[in-house]
Amino acid sequence: MNTMKSSLRQRVTLGHVLVVIFIGMFAAMCLYPFLLVISGSFTTNIAAKTYGFSLIPREFTTAAYKTLFSNSQAIVSAYKVTVFVTVVGTFLSIVINTMIAFTLSRQMLPGRRIINLYVLITMLFNGGMVPWYLICTRYLHLQDTIFALIVPMLVGAWDIFLIRNYFQSIPNEMYECAKIDGAGDFYILFRIYFPLGKPVIATVVLFTALGYWNDWWHALMLVEVQSLQPLQMLLRAIISNIQFLQTMDSSPQVQQMMASIPGDGIRMALVIITTGPIILLYPFIQRYFVKGIMVGSIKG
Amino acid sequence: MIMTNCKSSRNKLLKTIQKHWQLYMMALPAMVLLFLFSYLPMGGLVVAFKRYTLEGGIFGSPWSDPWYKNFELLFRNNPDAFIAIRNTLLLNAMFIAVGTVFSVTLALCFNELHSQIYKKITQSISFLPYFISSVVVGIFVSGLLAYDTGSINSLIVTLGGKKINFYMEPKYWPFILLVVNIWKGAGYSSIVYLAAISGIDGAYYEAAEIDGATRMQQIWYVTLPLLRPTVIILTILSVGRIMNADFGLFYNVTRDIPTLYPTVDVIDTYIYRALRKIGDIGISSATGFFQSVVSFVLVVVCNKIANKIEEGSALF
Repeated sequence: MNTMKSSLRQRVTLGHVLVVIFIGMFAAMCLYPFLLVISGSFTTNIAAKTYGFSLIPREFTTAAYKTLFSNSQAIVSAYKVTVFVTVVGTFLSIVINTMIAFTLSRQMLPGRRIINLYVLITMLFNGGMVPWYLICTRYLHLQDTIFALIVPMLVGAWDIFLIRNYFQSIPNEMYECAKIDGAGDFYILFRIYFPLGKPVIATVVLFTALGYWNDWWHALMLVEVQSLQPLQMLLRAIISNIQFLQTMDSSPQVQQMMASIPGDGIRMALVIITTGPIILLYPFIQRYFVKGIMVGSIKG
Repeated sequence: MIMTNCKSSRNKLLKTIQKHWQLYMMALPAMVLLFLFSYLPMGGLVVAFKRYTLEGGIFGSPWSDPWYKNFELLFRNNPDAFIAIRNTLLLNAMFIAVGTVFSVTLALCFNELHSQIYKKITQSISFLPYFISSVVVGIFVSGLLAYDTGSINSLIVTLGGKKINFYMEPKYWPFILLVVNIWKGAGYSSIVYLAAISGIDGAYYEAAEIDGATRMQQIWYVTLPLLRPTVIILTILSVGRIMNADFGLFYNVTRDIPTLYPTVDVIDTYIYRALRKIGDIGISSATGFFQSVVSFVLVVVCNKIANKIEEGSALF
């Protein structure tokens, strides 16, 4: 009976073929720009100018990478900033969010509802860019400090509620027993609840790390000094510099100089260097993402 | 009597804090940070009613005279602000409508795949774009659309057409941004719908099959109706955020080129420009105030509606 039913369901129809093709096309569309950029980073500027970029470089060159690595100071510095911000930011963020999530998951705690509301309100209402900017620069003096890239992103109401919900699903007896054995709350959280919450905390870690790695907004708003620019900003800066030279000056010398620098190629090589770690780690971490989205979609 | 009552309740409070001090300590860092980066800016919204001076800052600057001065500047004879508000609403509405239809279709299609390996691989690829920054998305788009080197232009030339200078033509951009938005987000949001589909009781399909329903009919009469609450709720929740544009998309993908403003300038980019490029605290804060308040009302109303449709589906 069972096999009959499944064979009935598995029958290949025209509709099914269309579905397979549609999905295949969408996946190809999603992948195409990545391949284009990889190929583009290996394409000579002249080939790119005459034929445009294609999936397989017409004239292969590693000039873009050579140029990047010969002026690697800016890249190394940006890499350092991004890695530092990502590691420190993610660590602090997880500790801080997990702690308040644990507090909020103690149903019997007096004042819990007030703290909960305090966090929830930040999800519903925000002051927007202008007061935020004025507070950060004028009152907190975050401008041109490494803290500007870390501290404003530390707490997220969404992450807090995600972890809180998971902690709430752990039987309360666990907490009670540990309490009777004389354990303090910090001990209970980090020794018992933290390991138990690993599935959801792993997801939050990944999303947080990704947020820090991809962040350019805080640098755009608050950081001007060169030494604190993260990778994403370096990428942005290079784009606008090339654009600037191309649009502002059409004198033969500058145009000749532009032709010798593989402008688009450099940009694409830098994309590879910036996004590479995500792409390389992606196959290993994507199952956590799927799980996290599923968990998050159930309830915030 | 009253005094002892008061005393005992204070003692009780002290006792509670003493008993749970570690739990309260744990909440403290996050609460301080939320105060600094969420609550202070909320209070800072008053700057919209002030004549901002460098010495005075947010709280020390004098009130503007009349109190609605900044809003007058914003709403009277200011076509740019009008365009930004209109674009935000229209583009977001389009993103929500087309994006939802596309994501649901994608989820239905994923659900129809027989081969688990094919499903896994294509699904993984489809939400890869979600994980890259909008700066990189901007570079991808320019790789496709650039005048000299873009692959779309080389395709047009191969087909015998004339190159299009996309970055100079505002009329193409609503469509370009729609495609980019779907490209970046559809794989991700289809997972949510796929989760809802996989939660549907198999008995419905068996019953439909016994009644002789084709696969298409099963989708139409079983899957879609059961998916409806999820679709409605997610749509309502995104309508609640319709006043807030994805700054990265509108800033990095359009490269902030002024020629394109008529179709792609949104409230967030407008505020950013007024604040950082022009340095006009008055107009930018008035715009931000308008956005925050309208957003708040929309979010609350939309959450209430979502909760009405399905208990416990909203944020609060």
